[in-house]
Amino acid sequence: MDFIIQNILNALQWGSFYALIALGYTLVYGVLRLINFAHGDIFMVGAYIAFFVAGFLLGPAIGLSPLMTFALAIPLTMFLTACVGVFLERVAYRPLRRKGAHRLYVVITALMCGLILEYSNLAVLGASRLKFPELVEKTVWHFGGVTLTNLKVIVIVAAVAVFAFLNFIVTKTKIGMAMRGISYDKFAIPLMGIPIDQIIVFTFILGSGFAGLAGLLFAMSYPVLEPFMGMLIGWKAFIAAVVGGIGDIRGAFYGGFLLGFIEVGVVTVFPSTYRDLFAFTILLIILWIKPTGLFGMPQSTKI
Amino acid sequence: MRKYTLNVLMAALAVVLLLMAQYHVIDNYIQAVVMFVGINIMMSTSLNLVNGNMGEFTCGHAAFMCVGAYVASILSVLCFGSKFGDPLFPESMAIFVFPVIVIIGGIVAALSSILVALPSFKTRDDYLAIITIAVNYMVISAIENMDFIGGSRGFQGMKDTVWAMVDSTPGWLAGDNDFPWVFLYVVLFTGLSIWVIRRFITSTYGKGVNAICQDEVAAEIMSVNTNKIKTVNFMIAAGIAGCAGGLFAHIVGYVNPQSFNILKSTEAMVMVYLGGMGSLSGAVISAVVFTGLMEVLRSQAIMDFLLAPATFVFPEWEPSAGVIKWVMIPLMLVLIMQFRPEGILGNKELSDVFPKLKKYYTFK
Repeated sequence: MDFIIQNILNALQWGSFYALIALGYTLVYGVLRLINFAHGDIFMVGAYIAFFVAGFLLGPAIGLSPLMTFALAIPLTMFLTACVGVFLERVAYRPLRRKGAHRLYVVITALMCGLILEYSNLAVLGASRLKFPELVEKTVWHFGGVTLTNLKVIVIVAAVAVFAFLNFIVTKTKIGMAMRGISYDKFAIPLMGIPIDQIIVFTFILGSGFAGLAGLLFAMSYPVLEPFMGMLIGWKAFIAAVVGGIGDIRGAFYGGFLLGFIEVGVVTVFPSTYRDLFAFTILLIILWIKPTGLFGMPQSTKI
Repeated sequence: MRKYTLNVLMAALAVVLLLMAQYHVIDNYIQAVVMFVGINIMMSTSLNLVNGNMGEFTCGHAAFMCVGAYVASILSVLCFGSKFGDPLFPESMAIFVFPVIVIIGGIVAALSSILVALPSFKTRDDYLAIITIAVNYMVISAIENMDFIGGSRGFQGMKDTVWAMVDSTPGWLAGDNDFPWVFLYVVLFTGLSIWVIRRFITSTYGKGVNAICQDEVAAEIMSVNTNKIKTVNFMIAAGIAGCAGGLFAHIVGYVNPQSFNILKSTEAMVMVYLGGMGSLSGAVISAVVFTGLMEVLRSQAIMDFLLAPATFVFPEWEPSAGVIKWVMIPLMLVLIMQFRPEGILGNKELSDVFPKLKKYYTFK
């Protein structure tokens, strides 16, 4: 029994990362109908930014206590990562959108931007892995045979809070209404006096900012950074978003946790090398049965 | 005469290349580059079938190359190697069995492409892109979990077949030097694959592929069996990629699942979009250009020269060519997408760009 509860907690933590990244994917896709393949690498950039921010704040120049650093690093990391996301949108996606290029070209550009981020990171910082400093003192609570660390609690609470926040923004505010409007009809919305570009930039700020938060929390939980850390987790988060039905915030949230549970379940039963195989196989099966995901709306084409 | 000029030219070029390889006019390095050009031509033209002519978006083409490479390698070691027990065939059979091995690898890769073809009936471009990438990861992950063929440590032993071919060469053919059998077969397979693709895409049956690209619903109404055409197209593309993988395995003599990852797929994609979507001659030209560029970027000296301004500002920064290459290639593709999304030729053949060429060959 203890073993099962312990694994459920692990799955919740693992699923929280997926959910956090999948939310960013879903936001951008919901508004732009564009798969931002660079999102996993923005998460990686977020982790690196968190590393440098924490190093700077802890360092001799400022010298804050670790807890203060943690409190300051969250907004700083989110802000800087959001800047990276907006920069990508400005430089790569917006000119293509202005030209009215085929969606395919935008997707390829996104894929390539991800590769550029990874390899330029490798070129600039080298292949040596970085060790993330410990910001929050680890406290471990024991309930019978189950151990619970405060980091786990922070991660899970953060994922739920971000989900609630995004849900509120998209469903209750004016800017969220504009987002939903753009995804509904891109051509009629500017006629209503809604600035499309600003809304899209805001979407990128939200998505990239939460990717940065996920990067910070990930670096605190698994404190080894390498340039390719965003690749696989980005793909998996994307799978989570697709399984939930891309373009739907609830779908991304539940899909992330579902994928977390599946992976942790696979690892407890089979050898851990089978994890990716199962994750991708499940994606294929779900897409085969329900091409639009669990929560997605079926799209009809007019003839 | 007009119909056969190009074919005669190509055959002459192949023979000249072979003779040069035989009498060591070109050394082993240049031979290897020419062989990789052939393999990249196979990869780019086959991906062009799906991405260019059919208008679907596949970015996991290396998966089929991986399947072909592994199947061909295992068969090769079974037939002529000593890893899985005694060789099945005597050495003298190697020359005839080798192309069969490569073709079987292609056939298995074609069968594995049904994994992609079946979901593609229902799903559209974005989701198909995900499925293909998932298949790419799945194939790599599955092979890494098979311990009897080395798992993630890779697999070797294909060179036995190559040596068997060299040893059993008849005396009148070889003279004093080793006859470059793999080179010969790469040239033959490249020619064969271009021939197959051209015949397929210009036939009445293959016109359905372009019809799907234009408008799937209309094609369905005009009695094109879209599902069947999609399946056939995917299978031809994957089969050719599988043959390319088998040849690749025999050139290098070592395969590793990680050498067929998403980067390999990206290379194939870059070649297709550089050459121009739906243009066969464009795919061939871009494969030649791209392979040459890769070889040039491989050298540290040229890379240092290119990055001289940056290293002048940051003297302690020492970039390595292998890493910077992978910054430059995606950057190239991004710039192509921004400024000339149609590629070098852009949905035209060479004879459309230079009409005078029509005197010498027709693309019909």
